[in-house]
Amino acid sequence: MSQHVNPVEPFLRMERMPHIWCPGCGIGTVVNCFVRALLKTQVDIDKVSVVSGIGCTGRIAGYFRADSFHTTHGRSIPFATGLKMANPELSVWNFSGDGDLIAIGGNHFIHAARRNADLKVVCVNNFTYGMTGGQVAPTAPLHSLATTAPYGAFERPFNLPFLADSSGAVYVARWTTFHVRQLVKSMEEIMHKPGFCFIEVIAPCPTAYLRRNRLGDGLEAMRHYKQSSKVVHGADTRSVDIELGGPIVVGKFVDRDRPTTLEAMRDELHKSLGDKYVPYPTGVQR
Amino acid sequence: MKADPRGVLTGVHFLDGDHACCEGALAAGCRCAFGYPITPSTEVVERIAQRLPTVGGVFLQMEDEIASSIAIQGAAWGGKKVLSVSSGPGISLMMEHIGLAAMTETPCVFVNVQRAGPSTGLPTLVAQADMMQARWGSHGDYEVIAICPNSPQECFDLTLHAFNLAETYRTPVMFMMDEAVGHMTERVVIPAAEQLEVVERRRPREKPSDQYALYRCEPGSRVPPMPPVGEGYRFHVTGLTHDERGYPVMNAEAQDKLVRRLVDKIRLAEPELARYEEFQVDDADVVLVAYGITSRVVQRSMRLARERGLKVGVFRPVVVWPFPERRLRELARRVKAFVVAELNLGQVVLEVERLAGGTRTVLASHAGGALHEPEAILKVVQEVLR
Repeated sequence: MSQHVNPVEPFLRMERMPHIWCPGCGIGTVVNCFVRALLKTQVDIDKVSVVSGIGCTGRIAGYFRADSFHTTHGRSIPFATGLKMANPELSVWNFSGDGDLIAIGGNHFIHAARRNADLKVVCVNNFTYGMTGGQVAPTAPLHSLATTAPYGAFERPFNLPFLADSSGAVYVARWTTFHVRQLVKSMEEIMHKPGFCFIEVIAPCPTAYLRRNRLGDGLEAMRHYKQSSKVVHGADTRSVDIELGGPIVVGKFVDRDRPTTLEAMRDELHKSLGDKYVPYPTGVQR
Repeated sequence: MKADPRGVLTGVHFLDGDHACCEGALAAGCRCAFGYPITPSTEVVERIAQRLPTVGGVFLQMEDEIASSIAIQGAAWGGKKVLSVSSGPGISLMMEHIGLAAMTETPCVFVNVQRAGPSTGLPTLVAQADMMQARWGSHGDYEVIAICPNSPQECFDLTLHAFNLAETYRTPVMFMMDEAVGHMTERVVIPAAEQLEVVERRRPREKPSDQYALYRCEPGSRVPPMPPVGEGYRFHVTGLTHDERGYPVMNAEAQDKLVRRLVDKIRLAEPELARYEEFQVDDADVVLVAYGITSRVVQRSMRLARERGLKVGVFRPVVVWPFPERRLRELARRVKAFVVAELNLGQVVLEVERLAGGTRTVLASHAGGALHEPEAILKVVQEVLR
């Protein structure tokens, strides 16, 4: 009998299993899709670095068999920026939850998009702080319940694709964990795309979000994603807000080109300094 | 090994401490820096921004000090020697990441050009009131190395030394300048590259394999070799308590093993780290203890005292953390008293008191904004000897 090895396993630190994620959680799906994208693009895994902050999604770095960095809460993007600046040949992937990336890390997010830091940023958006037990997030839909919004969220949430788009990201897509093929394809597309690429993945948190908001379990969430998602490639990102239990616009919204931080730096320094400039690699082949 | 000549501005210069610090970093091999403007440290990042592109390095001004203090750590793992610079409020913002660097054993240099606080305080005026913050400012148990230069020449020499220590011990090094030293302009001699010893971080001897453990120390060492990223080691770095492989382990045993080693690798290295200067301590009844700019002020106090027939000497720790404690204990056995002069209301004096073992220890305090008057320190000495 032949031994069947799950093709994902070689990419994971199997000695660290079982992982900490709850049944029905969407984070594992994102990891699975990432591995599929790596397999399809045949990228050299030794040149891939995975950077995370703190939170459930922040644990991705610890399970991924690559050079991986589990940094501080909200600061994975500046860490990743430094890593990429120091070693431009690396493909630097940043996995963060919505609280990590957009609340405490929001300032770094918009600045990295503005300067077009050459990073792949995947946000697993489950609308809540899962690891600490379900507190209100800046992505929480209006009127949703959380332990720190026991009477309902009353602040307007961030629309992440619009935030990334308006800050200057060169690639912006949104999928749910139901859209695994599309998510893999987006990850493949950004594998070799220079610049700040952003994918939002809407994911279920059965323990801390779905249950409290009476939205069922992980399977129920999948049904909702299937029935309520609408694929609109190139959608105006201003129009993709998410409401509690409402439709979810998914698709590839932005795909454009502009110089990365290191390319822009090289061009400016070369122009100003001439021969005195000692060229620094950009890691970009165009 | 010898310094890379590209980064060494050999010659005789007239530089302020901030600029000299930048040159020391470049001579040490720093090729990646991130910073954010703040008085009185801005000149360091300005010069770095100007100089790094001409020596094959990169500088980015980040969105804040929090970003700067962790971007350098990404760059350190990316293989570079790194530095960030700030002062007062900016250093407070960096504190979480100084703990991260200690926990993940990331070599990096944090320059603090001290100004008077708390809070916004006196942005343009001198103080030495961040000395305990440098040591204890991040949460949890850890140790750092902290160095206090007292001249632009030392800002060059000791910045280079700070990088060498960061690479040797895989630790954050706090380079504790002060506004007076940062903005003082003096002659700075930068030697030829072949006269400058620089330390490169130790790499693992073993090849990448499933057995590789990121934090495994070689026998007799408390400092694990540091692998380069992107070469197949596939290591994991975390700020969580971790085992030798770098994997999180959530129990008291792992905590004890890791944190004890992190603290011991600095604390027990005090004999080799100790660096101090002494003046006329051999016959001294009273020894003035001072560091940074105040170590120059007490020279004058010492001379005034000697003119009056008082037997006064000076002990100046250059590396303040870990404190050169063996030498201070020796002095304590034969002097009548220590007078500690510092631009704060009592920080390093606590360490001197601890080590003095009953020898009288008196503080000559100053809340900052200006330097001590040498006569004011003399007055404290006279009162002690009365």
